[in-house]
Order: sequence, then structure tokens, then C-alpha cells
Amino acid sequence: MIAVIRRRAGRWALNGAAGVALAYILLPLIFVVWLAFFRQEIPSFPPEGYSLRWFAAILDQRKFVDGFSLSFRIGVLATAIGLALGVPAALCLVRYNFTLRGPLANLLLLPVVVPGVVLGTAMYVFQVEVENGLDVDVLGTFYALVAGHVVIVIPWVVRLVTASLAGVDRAIEEAAQNLGANAWVTFWRITLPSIRPGIVAGALFGFVTSFGNLEMSLFLVGPGRTTLPIVILQYLEWKIDPTIAAVSVIQILLIGGAMLVTDRYVKLARVV
Amino acid sequence: MARLDIENLVKRYGDFHAVRDVSLSIADGEFLVLLGPSGCGKTTTLRMVAGFIEPTAGRVLLGGQNVTLLPPWKRNAGMVFQSYALFPHLTVAQNVAFGLEMRKIPRADIDKRVEEVLALVRLGGYGGRLPRQLSGGQQQRVALARALAIRPDVLLLDEPLSNLDAKLRQEVRVEIRELQRQLGLTTVMVTHDQEEALTMADRLVVMNEGLVHQVGSQRDLYERPADRFVAGFVGRSTFLEGKIDTPGRFTTQGGLVLKCVGGTTGPAVLSLRPERVEIAPVSQEGGPLAGLDNQLQGTVEFVSYLGSLIDIHVRLSPADRLVVQIANREGGFAPDVGQSVHAGWPASAGQVFKA
Repeated sequence: MIAVIRRRAGRWALNGAAGVALAYILLPLIFVVWLAFFRQEIPSFPPEGYSLRWFAAILDQRKFVDGFSLSFRIGVLATAIGLALGVPAALCLVRYNFTLRGPLANLLLLPVVVPGVVLGTAMYVFQVEVENGLDVDVLGTFYALVAGHVVIVIPWVVRLVTASLAGVDRAIEEAAQNLGANAWVTFWRITLPSIRPGIVAGALFGFVTSFGNLEMSLFLVGPGRTTLPIVILQYLEWKIDPTIAAVSVIQILLIGGAMLVTDRYVKLARVV
Repeated sequence: MARLDIENLVKRYGDFHAVRDVSLSIADGEFLVLLGPSGCGKTTTLRMVAGFIEPTAGRVLLGGQNVTLLPPWKRNAGMVFQSYALFPHLTVAQNVAFGLEMRKIPRADIDKRVEEVLALVRLGGYGGRLPRQLSGGQQQRVALARALAIRPDVLLLDEPLSNLDAKLRQEVRVEIRELQRQLGLTTVMVTHDQEEALTMADRLVVMNEGLVHQVGSQRDLYERPADRFVAGFVGRSTFLEGKIDTPGRFTTQGGLVLKCVGGTTGPAVLSLRPERVEIAPVSQEGGPLAGLDNQLQGTVEFVSYLGSLIDIHVRLSPADRLVVQIANREGGFAPDVGQSVHAGWPASAGQVFKA
């Protein structure tokens, strides 16, 4: 009897703690979404009424559209390059035992741990040096921005592909070779499809990280080339109307939608 | 199908000799089994034949052609892996078709061949399933079908039955063996399970620590083991340590004097199969043991009842203990622990190995 009560109490405590944590994460999101539909300009409670005018307001301001477009293009390109570099790196780390394997694995995961400001400063100094050394425009260009974002995409790709590879039976590659597939064909037809969940998840998280990055991008953007998070920040310096909330709602919907679609093909819970 | 020749194959990893010097010839259509404990080099040998491991020295000839340095994809060897290694993202039919696609065979011919091979392993109609939707036994048959589809010169089986439960294993043994005979497949199988090896092989190779200890038929290995290792690994043996005084006379460490066949003077070990030793109650003067070359009195120390058989451990002297195995017959003699008994065997039942 006491044991049953104890077990119930334990479960209640656990559920309660989980509920508090969940509310802590979700409440700001709920408020942002709510705010986006307020009619009045100054956010105050209770709302005076509801409208969709702030969503329409986004499209009236070119900087939001441009910022979104730039962030999207950077995210896609950085993710593509991050995959091209991260997948082979993960393969090497899992399959081969070489000196400095441990340090190299940590190095590749480091960009998620290092504060964004530190990363941005380092990248800024590096790009200035390259610019001076080679006498070409680097800082503030689109490709310099992409290069910076590749660095923060790689850890996600490496981590998730590594996790995915651990569950793949090495013998299936040998089986393919035994049946007549050379190393290249084996990689494309057998290895790559079997780590697809990790690749898809790595790409998704890499893209989301790149799309939402503020701190590092602040150091790397140039005139007329501003990513969405920076546009939002700049807007907030002057105004606090619900336009920003509306932009956030669209972002939340896009990312949430991407996750749901991904989850239909690859169970994210299994790789993350 | 083709013959397979392995010549003086060696594989060293630093100071570790995985395979020391292995030479084997497998005739066209022969079923050869490499048998040995784990780490004996049998799997390394098989993987060198498949091309996954490059030998340190020696040659592999497939149908007379030297394939020692060819990559795996250029050898026409079909392998069945211990884990089956089915491609998880491809259907059964796509798995079986893979090797044929690599050989650039026209699509229509591939489909026909896939169907034939699946029918051969009794999996007709399963082509559209994914490997994870099949039972272990079915997966094993897909792996076999996939290896057979490419019409390999040699079929390599790496512990193919070790992931099946005991009952299924017995059925699959027979199936594989029948298929192998029917198709005349030159086959090399690796296993550590001696029962599996004995039931399937035309010829067996017993390996230990990278060396071939004996090559021969089931009967050769059991009746005339080449050395102490084979005597202990294939079937069971009791080993009595001691020395040969003169050929035909063996003295155990415990001082028992026994008759044996041959042997050269010096330290030696006498090996006895448990079922070749007879046992009788002490009271039976001049009974059924009369006429046996060796007759000794001892005390039963341990009895284990195995159903159709009974194992009896008999202490012959403080240093010598013998295992006797008797059939569990109605009204047969079955001693109890502590009982005094007579144990006896003809000199020819013992094997003497140099210690």
C-alpha cells in the first residue's frame, strides 16, 4: 500500500517537474504568437482587439523580405557545404582509428560550445587578415557569411551522422563489395542511404541553427546585406510594435513545419 | 563453380600471427568446413579468400586464377555473413538483384533470376518485403539467395547459422547442404560449432592459433585425431598425463600402468573417448570386462544424467580421473556416487600423443 502511494507520488512529482519545464519553454512562445494578433501598436494587456495587420505590415517592409531571403539562401548553401564536409568527416571519425581522432572529434563539435560572440570575433579577425593578405574583398561578402555559417552547421551534421553510423552494420558494406560494388558505388548505394536519417536530421538542425544565428552574423554582415535575426534586432531598437511577433510566428511555423515533414520520413526522436 | 586453392597463406598484425601458414585445396563442388575455437584464424582465412583482408604472404587461387591481390568486387565469390548483412533500405528482391545489377545484366534477366533464386530458397512471393519484416530464418535465406544469385565461383559461409535458434539451425543445416549438393557449389564454411561442422562437411579442417592441426573426414578426426588439440576439440576425450616407458606401455602420473598401442619413449598423454570405456560393478568377478587390455578399479566421484546418456567420473588414483559415458538402457548398470567400480578398455581405444 505504502509502496503504491510512493510510486504514485513519484510519478506525480516527475510529471509536475516536466510540466513546469515545458511551460517555462512554451509560455514565451505562446505569448509571442498571441501578441502577433493584437490590434493595438503598443503591446499591453488585455488586448484591445485582434487583427492580421502586422502580418500584412511585414510584406510592406522590404528589409524583412530581403533579410528572410538572405538568411534562407545562406542557410541552404551553408547546409549543403556543411553536409559535403561533415558526412565524410563523420565517416572518418567512426570508421578509422588514427592519432588525434579524439581531439579532432571534439574540435568539430566545438563551434556549438564556443559563445557566438567569441566565434564571431575570431571569424571577423580572420577574414580581415585574409582580406589584407590576399588583397581581395572578403568581409561583408555573401560567401564570407556562408563560410562562417558552414562552421556552425558542421557540428550538427557530424554529431547526428556519427550517431546514425553507429547503428549501421559494417558488414553491409562488405556485402556490397562482395557482390561486385566498388568502394564508390558502395558508398552511394549502401552507406549513404543507411545513414539517411542522420543526414536529414543533421541538415535540418544545421539549417535551423544557421537561419536563427545572430551573434556571429553580427560581425560578418556588410552594408545592404543583413540576415533576418539582425533585421529583427535593428527593428526592435526603434519600435516595439507586434510586427516582430508576426515575423517570429512565421519563423516558428516554418521551422516547426520543416520538423514535422522531416519527422514523417525520419523519426527525429531516434537520432537526436 | 571452380576449385579453390590456398597456398601458404599468412596474416600478421604486428607481432600477432592471426594465420601462420595455411595451405588448402578445395575441389570443385566440395563442402569444406573450417572448424576451431574463436581466434583460431578461420575467419581471417575466409576473409582473405573473399578479399576483405590482404594476406601478409601466400596466394589465393580461384579456378586456377591468382586473385590474391584483387579487390573483393573483382572476385566472383558469394559470401553469407554471420549477421546476414542484408541492405536494410532495399527490399528482398532488390537485395538479391544487387549483385546482378553490378554485373550489368539486363533488367528483364535480373527479374527472372531473382525470382528463380528466391524460389530456390522457398521465399517466392517475399520479394517486396523489407528485411526487417522477415524472421531470422527468412533473413538468412535471403542472404543465401543473394550470394547464389551471382552464380559465384565459390560460396563462403561465415558462421551462417549462429544467429538462429537451435531447432531452426538443424533444419537450415540440411537445407543448405542439399542446395549445395544440388547446385554443385564449391563451399567453404567457418564455424566453431562442431556438430554443425560434422553434419555438413565433406571434409573438415581443424584450426587453432593460426595453424591447421588436421584435415580430414569426420571419421578421421574422431577416430584418428592428429594431436591432443584435435582429440579434445572434436568430440570429448579424457586425457591421462604420464609417460611411455616402452612402446605399448604407459605409466600415468598417479602410477597406473596401462597398455596402449605404439608411442615413443618419453613424456606423453593418453587420450580416451568416454564411450569407449566400459564400466561394471566391482562384485562382478571375471565379468564383462574380462578380456579387456586395461582393467582398473576406481571410485565414482560424479554422475551426470543426460537423458539418453549418463556421464560417470571415476577416480582411478589420486592423480587420475576418467570420464565414462554409458547408454541409458533399461536395467543397465548405473552406479551411484561413492560406489567402487571396474573400468576397462582395449589398448586400441587409447591414443597416445607426445606431451
